[in-house]
Amino acid sequence: MINSYFELIRSGINTTYQDKGRENLYHIGIPYSGAMDNRNFLIANKLVNNNLNAPVLEFAYQGPHLKYRGDKISIAITGDVIFKIIKNGLENVGNCYESYQIESGDEIDIISTNKSTYGYLAIGGKIDIKYQWKSCSINTKAKIGSNNGKKLESNQTIKLLNLNSNKDKKKIDYINSKVENIRVIKGTNFNYFSDEGIKNFFEKKFTVSKLSDRMGMRLQGNKIDNILNTNIKSEGLIKGVIQVPPDGNPIIMLSDHGTIGGYPKIGIVASVDYDRLVQITPGSKIKFTEIQLTDAETLFKLYEMDTDNLLSQI
Amino acid sequence: MINKIVNLGDSALYCDFGQEVNKEINSKVIKYFNSVRKSNIEGVTNVTPSYNKLIISFNLSITNFKKIKKEIEILNIDYENKITNKEIQIPVCCENSFSLDIERLEKKLNLNREQILEKFFNKKYFCYMTGFIAGMPFLGDLDENMRADRLETPRVKVPKGSIGLTEQFTNIYTFESPGGWNIIGNTPLNVFDSFNENEPNLINPGDTVIFKEITSSEYKKYHD
Repeated sequence: MINSYFELIRSGINTTYQDKGRENLYHIGIPYSGAMDNRNFLIANKLVNNNLNAPVLEFAYQGPHLKYRGDKISIAITGDVIFKIIKNGLENVGNCYESYQIESGDEIDIISTNKSTYGYLAIGGKIDIKYQWKSCSINTKAKIGSNNGKKLESNQTIKLLNLNSNKDKKKIDYINSKVENIRVIKGTNFNYFSDEGIKNFFEKKFTVSKLSDRMGMRLQGNKIDNILNTNIKSEGLIKGVIQVPPDGNPIIMLSDHGTIGGYPKIGIVASVDYDRLVQITPGSKIKFTEIQLTDAETLFKLYEMDTDNLLSQI
Repeated sequence: MINKIVNLGDSALYCDFGQEVNKEINSKVIKYFNSVRKSNIEGVTNVTPSYNKLIISFNLSITNFKKIKKEIEILNIDYENKITNKEIQIPVCCENSFSLDIERLEKKLNLNREQILEKFFNKKYFCYMTGFIAGMPFLGDLDENMRADRLETPRVKVPKGSIGLTEQFTNIYTFESPGGWNIIGNTPLNVFDSFNENEPNLINPGDTVIFKEITSSEYKKYHD
């Protein structure tokens, strides 16, 4: 039994434990959940010598402020994140994509996710948390996962069961690229919408609404006109589906989405763009371009190769 | 048989069994659902049945639409195999604090409270699917004269355990959540149990549900 832990001086706005999420549970109403931005999740774990699927802290907008107690440990932060490491009262600005050795009494203050939405903190060791359906991922809607399915709160602790022995400094040169152009495959109800609605969907920009969260991204700015029926018989949903409710404002299903929905599907975000999609902040613009299935498949393969290549450099 | 298989994005198959909602079509969907899950096709990560569609999600890192489509087209479906189903009784209290939309229903259906409750309780319901949020059962069918539209403005918070009605369907809110169904009562039973990982759902597709009216004092006893 080791006695190493982090104390949450401030929890941050939306801090949860996440890993790859859970499969094969859509039919009972449980989505994948898991880290929103998979690439940044993997890189964070690799930087601290963790198993790639190890639990990390995911935060949005304002992150947590933590104080460490225990033996030396390594940590890494990924994304577009502004943070400080405080040692003996001295503040140092931290860099993303670089591991740091933390000692007892040190603090990590994650100030903001800057021009992105989600950031990741990986801790080199094993966190003492519960798993449900083989995943620690917190789904606050269905109260599933570690921490009783709730967001982390100020003053709670993050206990560690063991620490990784290899604490060498690791870093990569990587910039969390930002895009506003998202590629979309035509949806199963594409013909429910007017020619003008479809033209607007692919030619005009949308604004990401403040009501967006881990369940969905709501868009505003161009109403998509439905000419057939504003409801369909409820059916399964997947991550990335773009539904258009009767008010004409599209909603993109994200990792914690409801598993069944009754609004027409105009399109589905190509998997290659999902990690970048979730990083678009409320108030920012987003534009859709159509992509064919085979191109989406090829681009996803290239994206994965690129991720593997980044991981192999660490 | 599946009428049509198309792609839903780049990592799911959309299997269309028809436009109508009835037991026969839904039973076919459930038979396919069971067969796909049993067949352990490489790369399949989720199978989602609904009234008349089946969505098969897969891991694009190891397979693709073309491969999974082929596997589904040659899949052996045992149509004779009866779906195992249970009959489940759900206690429901319809006293005023729980029947949030009874007055709306009275107006919309042109029936009084007693008539509505009598029709509601005097029937067995078939579970078509579960989901939206964890464990929520979609049950049917309500009598023709019991069918009302969704609320014009959905509630921001529907209390946990609420029994909702809309069109030909009735459901149970397993968690507090937003929702637009007409709320007729509330059950003290826990319909979803995340600590029972093997069988978290009390009600599964194919099951039959009977609602039983209880008083508020009986309701309270469930929580003691």
